[in-house]
Amino acid sequence: MIKCKTSKEIGGMGHSKKRKEDARFIQGKGNYVDDVKLPGMLYMDIVRSPYAYAKIKNIDASAALAIPGVVAVVTGKDLEKYGLHWMPTLMSDTQMVLPTDTVMYQAQEVAAVIATSRYLARDGKEAVMVDYEPMTPVMDPFKALDEDAPVLRSDQEGKSDNHIWHWEVGDKEKTENVFNNADVVVKQQMHIPRIHVASIETCGCVASYNKVENHLTMYMTTQAPHAIRTVIALVAGHVGLTEEKIRVISPDIGGGFGGKVPVYPGYVIAIAVSFLTGAPIKWIEDRSENLQADSFARDYHITAEMAGTKDGKIQATRFKVLADHGYTDASANPSKFPTGLFSIGTGSYDYGASYMEADAVYTNKPPGGVAYRCSFRVTEAVHAIERMTDMFAKKVGKDPAQLRMENFIKKEDFPWASPTGWSYDSGDYHAGLQKAMDAIGYHDLRKEQIEMRKEGKKFLGIGISTFTEVVGAGPAKDFDILGIKMFDSAEIRVHPTGKAIARFGTKSQGQGHETTYAQIIAEELGIPMENIQIEEGDTDTAPYGLGTYASRSTPTAGAAAAMAARKLRDKAKKIAAHLLEVSEQDLEWEPGKFFVKGAPEKAKTIQEIVFAAYTNHPEGMEGGFEATHYYDPPNLTFPSGAYICVAEVDAETCDIKVRRFVAIDDCGNIINPMIVQGQVHGGLTQGIAPAMYEELIYDESGNILNGTFMDYLVPTAVESPNWETGHTVTPAPHHPIGAKGVGESPTVGAPPAIVNAIVDAVAHLGIKHLEIPVTPFKLFKELQKVGYFKKNA
Amino acid sequence: MTKKITLKINGTEHTMEVEPRMLLVHAIRENVSLTGTHIGCDTSSCGACTILIDGKSAKSCTVLAVQAQGKEIATVEGLATAEGLHPIQEGFHLNHALHCGFCTPGMMMRAIELLEKNPNPTEEEIRWGISGNLCRCTGYNNIVKAIEWTSAKMQGKDLPSTEPEFV
Repeated sequence: MIKCKTSKEIGGMGHSKKRKEDARFIQGKGNYVDDVKLPGMLYMDIVRSPYAYAKIKNIDASAALAIPGVVAVVTGKDLEKYGLHWMPTLMSDTQMVLPTDTVMYQAQEVAAVIATSRYLARDGKEAVMVDYEPMTPVMDPFKALDEDAPVLRSDQEGKSDNHIWHWEVGDKEKTENVFNNADVVVKQQMHIPRIHVASIETCGCVASYNKVENHLTMYMTTQAPHAIRTVIALVAGHVGLTEEKIRVISPDIGGGFGGKVPVYPGYVIAIAVSFLTGAPIKWIEDRSENLQADSFARDYHITAEMAGTKDGKIQATRFKVLADHGYTDASANPSKFPTGLFSIGTGSYDYGASYMEADAVYTNKPPGGVAYRCSFRVTEAVHAIERMTDMFAKKVGKDPAQLRMENFIKKEDFPWASPTGWSYDSGDYHAGLQKAMDAIGYHDLRKEQIEMRKEGKKFLGIGISTFTEVVGAGPAKDFDILGIKMFDSAEIRVHPTGKAIARFGTKSQGQGHETTYAQIIAEELGIPMENIQIEEGDTDTAPYGLGTYASRSTPTAGAAAAMAARKLRDKAKKIAAHLLEVSEQDLEWEPGKFFVKGAPEKAKTIQEIVFAAYTNHPEGMEGGFEATHYYDPPNLTFPSGAYICVAEVDAETCDIKVRRFVAIDDCGNIINPMIVQGQVHGGLTQGIAPAMYEELIYDESGNILNGTFMDYLVPTAVESPNWETGHTVTPAPHHPIGAKGVGESPTVGAPPAIVNAIVDAVAHLGIKHLEIPVTPFKLFKELQKVGYFKKNA
Repeated sequence: MTKKITLKINGTEHTMEVEPRMLLVHAIRENVSLTGTHIGCDTSSCGACTILIDGKSAKSCTVLAVQAQGKEIATVEGLATAEGLHPIQEGFHLNHALHCGFCTPGMMMRAIELLEKNPNPTEEEIRWGISGNLCRCTGYNNIVKAIEWTSAKMQGKDLPSTEPEFV
């Protein structure tokens, strides 16, 4: 049980308080962007390219414009007149808003149709005739680097190939030396496929430009409203739309997972059209557009290697990555980290040599490189290290749990310097794995596995993943997006009657900030969490912050809340001393009040103190009871987890079933166990998704083969097992409340546990590795390759 | 060309002129401004737009508004009464069965019909019963729990604990 410092009434940290935001959602009173309706609003639909790579010879809008109710058709040439046809990506690359001559991927925006209704806009879209001259697209990222490959980004001056950047970290020579002298080396090529966040709400906006005031209000699905306001100012400042004239409102968001971090062309077109017409413009993409054109995640081709001793000591790792970024580098990564935090891939193990390198290429696929509930490429890294750890264990003939226990960084060795430059803050990996093994009955399962193999009807596999996450970006000295440092903020105002409102630079998309931030403030000030209103997502009222993604809200804005509250507690102490006529040194704090040491009956509650701040504060002190804090974390936080999956494979049909899955997470101190557990459940389902079901598939001509919810397989309640969850607590030593962040850990940790389990189930048949998503058909083909069905014929 | 129809939604009649091609979900959201019913896809796969038509759950993106003439339509906005929340709303709240809230109205409307037809569903029956509704946030564990809790509540049985088993 978690020990709470506050009473249930106050509801500080550790209490499973029911969520404050639920009331509106369960009664249909949420306010999502498609619910926004403004007078005179027009609707926008987007004509998209059927080709992955083609010249635009002509766009004929006459038939569309002839439809009553169609107001305008906007093309790249129209935007070009205002210099609005290009925009920067978050990685300082460039992206077309609308093309003037060439389309670079299927479903790319080609023209926008504005009409008086949603249906008429769609009619207009169907009537726009575009004459294309198709070209042969570059779809294979490896072939993109061939000398005779067409140079896709000829818009970039002097560009002579499709290479975007090269990145490396670690000690190459030292690592090579270890590999050259190692007893055992395992090596595997693996692909972490292109997938899509597919939040149930798609993206959209209502852009409302007021010509008289020269002011834009932008309602949009964004996880980072303040950063987006700055980006809009950078894109449109030259036409007079400067940052003080822009208000971004991010209303309720129907799931984000990273997909609502970037700026998509649709937003910019809507702004441009509203700017030109003076009418509010609504753009809501449909699901197919969302899957086919919005940012993808992953798409890393990794060659992974691990070296070690024959008795199972890991000595070195080496990863080589080819990243397929599609048409432009629109990753949502901090500027200095083109591969995100991939270098966490040395894992939870104690060894001193690692070298990683990556190259990124352009292809004719949609741009992106966002999270899919993962902190900046950590999923790719964790998949590689956890697969390699299992392969290494298999090679040296050791139980994978035992091998992990023998290689873990010990809890007394933190802070631990990783060979790729991180300083892991804390962890207790042994305790986590032991707890997971006890919960699942690990040793009994190993016995059952042998029995089931003898029986031969179903094969049992047990897969482990013991991952280290890295979240909470991040320290301003290293982390920025487009130059803006990645701090985050909180502003607390306590009203005279002792009730509060607090505003943040982050933006919940379902994480429950309205509840958890209130709990942090309740913990620090003793004001009941029910009396603390939380607001985010309006750039006119909230303090500046970089938004919610990469599990950063609790590590950054949550810390800011605690720090701002502590400033207020310091002020409260002065006021209490004044009211009680004692010196500050004589006072002691317990949640909700200051009392005189040794005389607890002489006390002032926080409510009395706040009232005095407005009515009877000491002379010379500023009135009011408000504080703001911008929190710059000294380090990232390093949550960890030990996951065990039990999978069954049908020996005849290759059907795969996850029988059990135990997840033990360590996210440091827990604010609300119910919400943390909910985050873990959801993250695990977004872990089984890429492990077994999801992948965006393209053919050689650049056509997406599964760009709808009919064939892009988001798991339902049937595919999702009943997740079993638990936790250990290793507080983050540098964080004001010792919390680490949790939203993404399960999505990072689950896929290798699942794949390790499936591989383990069929390892005795000669299978060494399986690519994700592991489908029954893929498994069937792999078993065919090793002659399994012949033997059994 | 439009057609005059009357939709009875949550007990109230709304008369409107609609094009024959207008989807029921758009009529509900835009003509009647009941925006609790959501749209999550264009292939009738996600279930965010689930409502009840004459007591049967239906994806309102697959029904034309004109087809709903004369039928009893129930949406999430009609669940709570003067007496308070509907048990399914209580169940979802107490069991943390929602995160972003976008799939929630459709999921609850589906669950209502499920429980009406099968007041004591097993976990497997619940999972199959809501398999036409996608949730991207919760991982379904707590949705199943919420429906089990509601089942008990609606039958006056002992209520399962709503404390998370997270140890």
